[in-house]
Order: sequence, then C-alpha cells, then structure tokens
Amino acid sequence: MENGVVLSMRNISKSFPGVKALQNVDFTLRKGEIHALMGENGAGKSTLIKVITGVYPRDAGQCFVEGIDGDVVIHSPEEAQERGISTVYQEITLCPNLTVAENMYIGRGKYNFVKWKDMEKKAGALLDSLNIPARPKQQLGSCSLAVQQMVAIARAVDTDCKVLILDEPTSSLDDKEVAMLFKLMRDLKARGVGILFVTHFLEQVYEVCDRITVLRNGELVGEYEIEKLPQVELVAKMMGKELEGLSEIKSSDKAVDSGTPVYQAQGLSSSDAKPFDFKIARGEVNGFTGLLGSGRSESVRAIFGADRVTGGHVTVEGKPVKINKPFDAMKHGIGYLPEDRKRDGIIADLSVRDNIILALQVMKGFFKPFSAAEKEKFADEYIKALDIKTASADTPIKSLSGGNQQKVILARWLLTHPNYLILDEPTRGIDIGTKTEIQRLVLKLADDGVSVTFISSEIEEMLRTCSRLIVMRDRNIVGELRGGQLTQDQVMRTIAGGAE
Amino acid sequence: MAKKSFAAKIRNEYSQLLVPLVALALIILFNLFRDPGFFSISLAKNNLGNTVLQGNLISTLNGASELAILAMGMTLVTAACGGQDISVGAVAAIAGSVFVKVLRGSAGVTPLTVALGILGGIVVAMLFASFSGTLVAVFKIQPMIATLILYTCGRSIAYWINGGATPTVESPIINSIGSFIPGIPIPTPILIVIVVGILFSLLFRFTNLRLYTQTVGINQGAARLNGINSVGIKLLSFVLLGGCCAIAGVIGVSRLGLINHETLLLDVEMDAILSVAIGGNLLGGGKFKMSGSILGAYAIQALTITLYAMKVPSTDIKAYKAIVIILIVAMGSPVVKEQMNRLWKKLAGKGSAAKFRREAA
Repeated sequence: MENGVVLSMRNISKSFPGVKALQNVDFTLRKGEIHALMGENGAGKSTLIKVITGVYPRDAGQCFVEGIDGDVVIHSPEEAQERGISTVYQEITLCPNLTVAENMYIGRGKYNFVKWKDMEKKAGALLDSLNIPARPKQQLGSCSLAVQQMVAIARAVDTDCKVLILDEPTSSLDDKEVAMLFKLMRDLKARGVGILFVTHFLEQVYEVCDRITVLRNGELVGEYEIEKLPQVELVAKMMGKELEGLSEIKSSDKAVDSGTPVYQAQGLSSSDAKPFDFKIARGEVNGFTGLLGSGRSESVRAIFGADRVTGGHVTVEGKPVKINKPFDAMKHGIGYLPEDRKRDGIIADLSVRDNIILALQVMKGFFKPFSAAEKEKFADEYIKALDIKTASADTPIKSLSGGNQQKVILARWLLTHPNYLILDEPTRGIDIGTKTEIQRLVLKLADDGVSVTFISSEIEEMLRTCSRLIVMRDRNIVGELRGGQLTQDQVMRTIAGGAE
Repeated sequence: MAKKSFAAKIRNEYSQLLVPLVALALIILFNLFRDPGFFSISLAKNNLGNTVLQGNLISTLNGASELAILAMGMTLVTAACGGQDISVGAVAAIAGSVFVKVLRGSAGVTPLTVALGILGGIVVAMLFASFSGTLVAVFKIQPMIATLILYTCGRSIAYWINGGATPTVESPIINSIGSFIPGIPIPTPILIVIVVGILFSLLFRFTNLRLYTQTVGINQGAARLNGINSVGIKLLSFVLLGGCCAIAGVIGVSRLGLINHETLLLDVEMDAILSVAIGGNLLGGGKFKMSGSILGAYAIQALTITLYAMKVPSTDIKAYKAIVIILIVAMGSPVVKEQMNRLWKKLAGKGSAAKFRREAA
C-alpha cells in the first residue's frame, strides 16, 4: 500500500436485487486529509460507506487498511471500529438522557465493569484536548446539537481511530455550529486522522475538504484535488455532464406568459419551505431544479398543501383561494405525484384498481362511491392507456415493478383531469423506456392545456420537457431560466452560484 | 388468463377466511365425533309458551351475538387505527345502564320508551367512544392506552348512572329482545346480529368507508395526500364501535332483565380482539374482512359451548380455551401460512404436471 494512505478500497462492487449499487468503485483516503464523497441521490455514497463499515458485505473488490497486511474483510461496524474505522451518522445515535461521559464510553466492550471516576476523568481529558465545550457529567440532551455531534465524534475517535466517517453531520446545524464542527475536523486532521465527509452543501466542501471523490449511478466519476475542481465542474460531474459539449442550446418557445396564470403564489411558505413566489400559465411545463436538499420538493409540497402552510397569497385562475391541505388543492384542480413513491404514493396492500380511482373517488365524496362497473372501467381504461403491466386490476400494487407503480399513481392523477399537475421525480428509479413514456406524456398533457411542474434530478430530462426552470439552492430560489438560457451549462452555473 | 385472474381474485379475496373457517370446522368436526347429539336442533315450548328452536348450535349462535357485534366494530377500529379498543365491555355497561335508566325513569315500558332507551344508550356510548377516538385520532395516543382510561373507569360510570347495584327492568318487550319474539322461533339476538351485519354491508355499499378505512390504515401519509381526512375516519371507526357497544349492552341487559355493571360483558374486549385476529385481520391495521371477525367470534363461542358440553369445570374452561386459541393463532401465523403455501404449490405443481403428461399422451 502507498505510504500515507489509511484506507484504500479497490474495485468495490455491490448489487441489490435489481440494482447495481456500486460498480468497480475505488476510494482512497490519506492520512490527515478531509475527503468529500459527493454524488446525487442513488449515486452510491451510503452504500460505499456501509461497505466500508461492514454493514453490507461487498460482492467484489478489495479493502486495505493501514497497518494490516493484505485484504481486510470487515463484517460489522464493531469490527470496523476495532480496526480503526469509526462512523458518525447524520442522526445523532447517542442517548440524550445519559451524561456526556456515559455516552462516550458505554457499550464499549472493555468497560464491562464501569469505573465511573476513571471514565469521567478520561472523558474530561479527551473533551479538553479536542476543545469540545461540554462537561463529562453534563446530560447530553442539555448540549446543543452541534456539541452532541462533537461528542459523538469524540466517542468515535477515542479508540485508536485512523478513519473517521462523517455522514451528513452538518445537515441540522446552523452556521456557527458548522464552524465549530469544522474546527474540530481540522484538529483531527492535524492529528493524522483521515476523514471521509459526506454532505450536500457545496460551500462546505470547498471550505474544509482537501479532495473530492464523485460517484454517479454507482460508478466512480473520479477523484479530484479541491483546487483543481471548480464548483461548477463538480456540479457537472455529479449530474453526469461534462462542461464541454454542452453548447447545444435548446430553443423552446413553449413558455406562455400572457393571460391569467392557472396558479399563482406570492410569499407562499410552509413548515418546510421558505417564502417564495411562483406562477404557472395554462399549458406551461416548468420545473424546479437544484441539488438534493435545495428545497425543490418542499416548495411544490407547499403548493399542494402537503406540509403545514404558514403563509402566502394564492390565486387559482385569478381567484384568491386558500390551500391548507391536499384536499383543498385537489378541489382546485391540482394533482401531486409525490417524490417518495413508496412512502407517500402507493397504498401498498390495495389493488391497482383502488389505487387508480382513489383520488377521483375522494373528490367525488365519501357518500358517493363509484359502482364496481365504473371502477372497472376507469381502471381498465388507464391500465391500457398507460400500458401498465399488471396481472389484473385486482393485483395489489405492491407486487408491481417500480415503473408500473409509478404509472398507477400517474393514472390516479390523470383520472382526476387536473388543470395543474405537479410531478416530483416521476422518473426516479424506473427504466429508460418508461422514463421516455412519462416525458412524452407530460408534453402531451401540456398540449392539451394542462400546466405541469416537473422535478427531476436528471437535468437533461428537465431541459427536454420544461420551458422554464426555477433554480434553487439552500432553500432559496436563486434564478429563473427560460428560452436561450436553458442549457445544462447555464443551469449548473446557476446551481453552483456562478450566475449573474 | 381470464379464468386465472378469477381464481386469483378468489384467492385474494377469500383466502383470509380460511383460518376462521377451518377453526370453526374443526371444532364442529370434533363435536361430531364426540357426540352427534351436539347438533340436534329441536322445537320446544319455552316457559312463556312460545315455540322456539333449541340445541347447542342455536345456543352457540345466540350466545355469540354480543361478541359478533363487538367484533364487527373492533374490526373497523383495528383497520383504521392499527390498534384495539379495550374499553368495549365497559362502554357496553355504560350504554346498558343508560338503557335501564331511561326505562326506569319513564312511566312504563312501552315500545316507545324502549326505543328511546336504546337510542339513549347508543348516543351516550358513541360520545364515550368519540372521547377515546379523539385521544387516538387527534392526540395520536396508542389505542390501547387511550382506551385504558374507559376500561378502568367505565364500570364506575355505569354504576353512577343508576346508583344501585343491580337495578332490574321487567317487561315482555325486554324479554323479546333478550330471548324470543312471540311467534318467531329464532332467538332475537341472532336476528340483531343479522340486522347489524346488514347495516354494515349497506354502509360499505353506499359509502367509501371501506376504501377510506383501508387507505388510512395502510398508509396514513398517502391517505392525506389523496385528500382523505384520516382523523375523521379514525374518529368515525370509534363512533361506530361505540354504537356496536350500545347494541351489545342492550342485548346483555335484556337477556337478564337487569344491569350488573360489574359483570355485564366482562372480559369481552379480549374475545373481541381475538375474533378480529382469528378472522385473519392484521392487528396492525389496513385491509380487513369483517366476515372473518364474525366467523372468529362464532369460533370462540363454539369452543366455549363445546367445553361446557364436555362438562369441563367452569374454573378450568379458560385454560382449555387458551390451548385451542394457541393452535388457531399459530395456524394463521405467517410462518405456518408460508409453509402451507409451499405445500400447496408443491401439490398443485404435481397435479398440473400430471395433467400435462396426460395431455401430452
């Protein structure tokens, strides 16, 4: 193994039924560096971490750890820790009702017989040396989230730690807390710990990291030194487009600005979305884009009333309306296909038929059930129209493939004949054929006068379908692109913050 | 293809009823070998001079009436809330007390006052049930904890309503609710179960109660995103169960002509929950089959009557019941079902292979 390298993963592959989560991925972590692991949803970041820490066994490849000869096979996170690889997860997995010292040492094999005094002394020394503002006897729950996070790190590095994995440690911290955490990370780096840092905040990567490894669709895109990879190129690599060859400009005159907007919101905000303005015209297809966590889904959820709406002024067809819950939105002709199909979309145990008619039935009313014949007709019509592959309309939706489940949810909303349809990641995790079908369907709907908001992690797909793109970063709208501006280059620059 | 999907439909829709049906069949079969006389049904004159049906089967059906009605309501609460109401016995006692209170407070027992009494019982029971329902639906307290409140204090409330230990109501009308209507040889409670069953099926036919309840039970978040008011649906399930409690309470009071707030439908909640489980319904909520729960209720009662008929001392009955219940529940467990499925596929596979060979020849 190369000198100065603490962890080296070579040609790692890992498959799950139907998905190749990792294919021949290499990853190298050096002594005393902070190394960012970047990639969009489904890129394979968490799978790689879980392979490193022994949560998942790898299908193929080798793993080398400093100080151990030959290929290392790690079977469990405990074993990983014994070999000097510690992990701190996004959610704090400590016990808030125990003290800081207890949290740092409890559950460690060698402390089966606890000497409380010793434990507190050791904890105090470690906290001091890492400049963590917490007292050993303090209850963990009384510390701020950042300090709790730091205690978790202290726990992780107390043992002879060579590799520290931080999985989105900053996602629930404010700027000041992030600064504290970064200081700790730099201290550890100075001590020679190799840190693998996962985050989706680009600024943070450039603030603290030395190197970046980018994954996409389970494959290695490359390893880069931070000075040699400008932010906009990083975005391009994550999204799968090299900057060169992006010059083709798609002229789309689909934007319709005249007339009353089908839907317009001013200062709309929800429990999860910052206030924003938005409007969409009849027959327009627009999109919200931005990296994961940029607030694009939260914004459309606010439009549909899916989260608690906290403010704003909304008009539908020019008339002021109140949309506080999904049913209100449905009454005004708005449909919403949620981002997480499994969690928010399908009613797993119910039949394809019931899943198709659900939204229209709810709109029709509790006391007006469709007859069996009507349900049959609706279901058959849409199973045929969208070419849904199912044994019968009676089949529980959970036994369909992901793409067909998605078509059922689409059918559910098409059946309500919405004026405005919101599709959040309608093509995620489904095969290419179905993807194109859905894209074509969106354009056909627009031709029929339906307004569509389309969200996708695949920028190409959005450029193909949308005539206007609203770009979000860190929960704010940072730009709106249309016409000649609709190029991948421009979108990525705007996301990365390089736009005028 | 069409035929296959029809078979699949039958399998999807009715395979759930297999366990309660088999349980019931086994209990009946056991009795057939033990004593064929168990099944004899005879016409006899009772002490009021009515010609009535008598026999173990009739008393099983009759005796299970309250349980069957409660099991129907419990099925809905289970499906919508993914939890159970353990206060049904106590709420039935409250409703029974209200029923008695109305009758004793009015000038005489007439059809009108009885109707008022029943109505009063239903309204009060629904109010109490909606108290529990609010805790569950609005305050998101686990159903068993929420209903523990009324389970604990319900029978005291029942006592306060009449202020006496066991107030009685005597009238031919009460008698005809609790035992027989003159001229009809079938015990009235059996008829009431049929009426309640029909009411529920009408409710399922003319409203979306089933679709909404199942949707809320399977995926509450998705239900909301499809415009369903899941709080309302959960509350409704409790209110309907409250109505069931009131009817069961009225039957129980009418059987004896008195209300004993301590013993009326004592421990019935566990049997009601068990009926739902034997009926193949997931106690975690979601898809449900009310007919399964009804069959489950009859299976439990058949078991009790069989044990009585075998002259098992009443002190020992619960232990024997427990043993049989272990068997029934194990029969319906996913592990056993999986094994049975495998066995079934193996047999079916052999069958079709043989058929294929025949056709080839």
